[in-house]
Amino acid sequence: MSASVNADDLLEKTNYIRAVADPKIVLRDLSFYYGKFKALHDISMDIPDRKVTAFIGPSGCGKSTLLRVFNRMYDLYPGQRAEGDLILDGENVLGSSIDVNMLRARVGMVFQKPTPFPMSIYDNVAFGVRLYEKLKKSELDDRVEWALQRAALWDEVKDKLKQTGGALSGGQQQRLCIARGIAVKPEVLLLDEPTSALDPISTSKIEELIYELKDDFAIAIVTHNMQQAARVSDYTAFMYLGDLMEYDHTDNIFTNPDRKETEDYITGRFG
Amino acid sequence: MTRYHRRKLVNAFNLAASIAVTLFGLFMLGWILSILFIKGFQHINWAVFTEMTPPPGESGGLLNAIVGTLLLTLVAVLIGTPIGVMAGTYLAEFGGKSRFASTVRFINDILLSAPSIVVGVFVYTLLVSPVGHFSGWAGGVALAILVIPVVVRTTEDMLKLVPSQLREAAAALGAPRWKVTVNVVYKAALSGMITGMLLATARIMGETAPLLFTALSNNFWSTDMNQPMANMPVVIYQYALSPYSDWQNLAWAAALLITISVLVMNIFARYGLKGHNQKP
Amino acid sequence: MAAPQTQYSKHSRQAMIGAMGDKLFKGTAFFFATMVLAVLAAIILMLFKDAWPTFQTFGFDFFITEKWDVVNDQYGAVIPIVGTLVTSFIAILIGIPVSFGIALFISVMAPEWLKKPVGIAVELLAAVPSIIYGMWGLFYFAPWFSENLQPLLTDTLGELPLIGQFFQGPPIGISLFTAGFILAVMIIPFIASVMRDMFDVVPKDLKESAYAMGSTTWEVVWKVILPYTKVGVIGGIMLGLGRALGETMAVTFVVGNAQELMTGLFYPGSTIASTLANEFNEADGLHMSSLIALGLILFIITFIVLAISKWFLLRLGKVQEGRST
Repeated sequence: MSASVNADDLLEKTNYIRAVADPKIVLRDLSFYYGKFKALHDISMDIPDRKVTAFIGPSGCGKSTLLRVFNRMYDLYPGQRAEGDLILDGENVLGSSIDVNMLRARVGMVFQKPTPFPMSIYDNVAFGVRLYEKLKKSELDDRVEWALQRAALWDEVKDKLKQTGGALSGGQQQRLCIARGIAVKPEVLLLDEPTSALDPISTSKIEELIYELKDDFAIAIVTHNMQQAARVSDYTAFMYLGDLMEYDHTDNIFTNPDRKETEDYITGRFG
Repeated sequence: MTRYHRRKLVNAFNLAASIAVTLFGLFMLGWILSILFIKGFQHINWAVFTEMTPPPGESGGLLNAIVGTLLLTLVAVLIGTPIGVMAGTYLAEFGGKSRFASTVRFINDILLSAPSIVVGVFVYTLLVSPVGHFSGWAGGVALAILVIPVVVRTTEDMLKLVPSQLREAAAALGAPRWKVTVNVVYKAALSGMITGMLLATARIMGETAPLLFTALSNNFWSTDMNQPMANMPVVIYQYALSPYSDWQNLAWAAALLITISVLVMNIFARYGLKGHNQKP
Repeated sequence: MAAPQTQYSKHSRQAMIGAMGDKLFKGTAFFFATMVLAVLAAIILMLFKDAWPTFQTFGFDFFITEKWDVVNDQYGAVIPIVGTLVTSFIAILIGIPVSFGIALFISVMAPEWLKKPVGIAVELLAAVPSIIYGMWGLFYFAPWFSENLQPLLTDTLGELPLIGQFFQGPPIGISLFTAGFILAVMIIPFIASVMRDMFDVVPKDLKESAYAMGSTTWEVVWKVILPYTKVGVIGGIMLGLGRALGETMAVTFVVGNAQELMTGLFYPGSTIASTLANEFNEADGLHMSSLIALGLILFIITFIVLAISKWFLLRLGKVQEGRST
């Protein structure tokens, strides 16, 4: 079932932008279609493990679309499809033989708006764990506490775990969603503009969190906020009109971009 | 100026007419309800809840009819709700804009307003005529056919109100589609779905026509679903049109009880459930 | 604290169960969705099967004969069909302006604090079981009508040429007209609430632009709101018509159940539904078959009316989708 692909072979043939030493996810000639509309054009890049990779670019450039290919979220919608290769740990996850639900258990995702489920804080965090692991009550308790601590939310909610998740503030809800995402111990964490609906204080809390979480996961974050990309990421990819324009160390992108479009965007001349 | 005057006059006249017809509507409601309450409360007494429906010219109660209505309603809801919820789930979660789903939606909306008496005739041909006698089961099935379209419609509408982000968030954790639906989407839509169920229950509790040819009625205590079963609407129909004043009085008492139950259920469904006052 | 890696071999069994659950769940949902279609098909099939002896015996004459004679076993559907159409027509004629006025009042005129109570009252009117309308009609409205309104109408409208003949009949208050009036009261809440929903979704900008041109409230309603919601309003009216056609209990109490064809609307008559309610449980053989044939006719008429209604409402949905994007 695992279409084992030698990444190096592919690198020879494709117009890659940048390869990294320890790739967690490898993209080769990845295209994406909404029906007949081609939203992503032949994207090739490597995403490193245990680092933060930021995707920036103007609205509609395809950065969120790309993120939703990583966990095949597009499978929920008929008419959307991806072509090319997306290799997670040597396994092409776009193949039909892959079990999408298992893939998603390995790739966590946090959305733009907080999405607490209509259940208690505890059940929110335990939701994903219960899907794939049969734990004893005490083990599950430990896991929930671990995830909430990791998401820097434990101290605020430890006395009200039975309350509904919707009663928390926006920033707390988003951290709850992060806790829920990491409770299943994924390998990759996708963050789709996780702070765009939050106030500055909650935003900085989440940013600190991202910085800490990269010890454990490969993190990919889509953001509109260039300062945020500069603050939290190790690598930055600039996308424009469905193309990957430039992909490099974050420092390079922000101090010495190769392309004019990148420079225009980060200096605020468009977008 | 004359033209402006005329415009203002037309405006005033039409708005006044609009107020007048609204008052007319409210007056009708007031007239019907006040008569119902006056006549009904006059004849509600302890015997209504403790005695069986009487033979002609005697006094009695409605106990067997009350129990029969509760039983028939329960059976109808138990049969109709699961079917309706699953069909509604298909339309909201899987059907999308496919031709099949559109057809089901279309037919369902027609069944929603289809004449209930035809449903009664249909169930008669299906369940009464072959076995040769009326039965509680036939009545329950006839009412269930009325429950299904209401529940299908509200389930679909309520599930569609659940933001797709919530589905995505659950799917992103690796939950299979059915767990996303059952554990997350249903939970989020729960109060709306209960509203639909209550509205469906309220609708069938007062339905008379489909029971006339199916459950009919029964003057004795019976909880045997294989036999004709007493129920409030048919008792009201038979007693109200009878020449006996005892029967007519009981009909008013029954009418009041059934109307109060239906209205209370409606009000509770629409305005009582927190956070959901969408219409079906 | 590092996250220990979990073992995915353990997961794959869970995933397989998940995939099977998905198939099962979707399959079940699909099956029950199909049942909705099956119910419709079964209704038409069963009614047609049991109505077949009638169609066989009388052929097309069943639809054009006005004789409904139980003693001689001769049946024709004209009287109940005409009665059904006439009562529903009266209901619609009275119902449209009243519903429109109520919807207008709630949606456009009423102050905020009044909108909700009036809205609830209208919805309550819709929730009252139809048999209550029947009792009220028989014991209270019909006597009042025969003593007060009916003589008035006969003396005024009844004197007019041509339409005068419609306003004749015995002073008993049990008539096609009474049935039509009570049907009107019953369907007003349905039509009013559809219209009100329609009026409520007219974009605020559109209304405000019309006011900004100096339009009166009525002009905004007549020239902006109504054209904008036209198809939906027609759909709502058809929905009310569908209800009126099939309503049984309210009609059976007051229509008189006479199988005679009269021009006067104040004469007793019958509708399909009232004929069924009255005769079904005493019928057998050809009589029963003819009643079931009536039921089939009623179902087909309402089906057509409701399908037209749905078509209009769907069109409105599409128009609004088109405008919003």
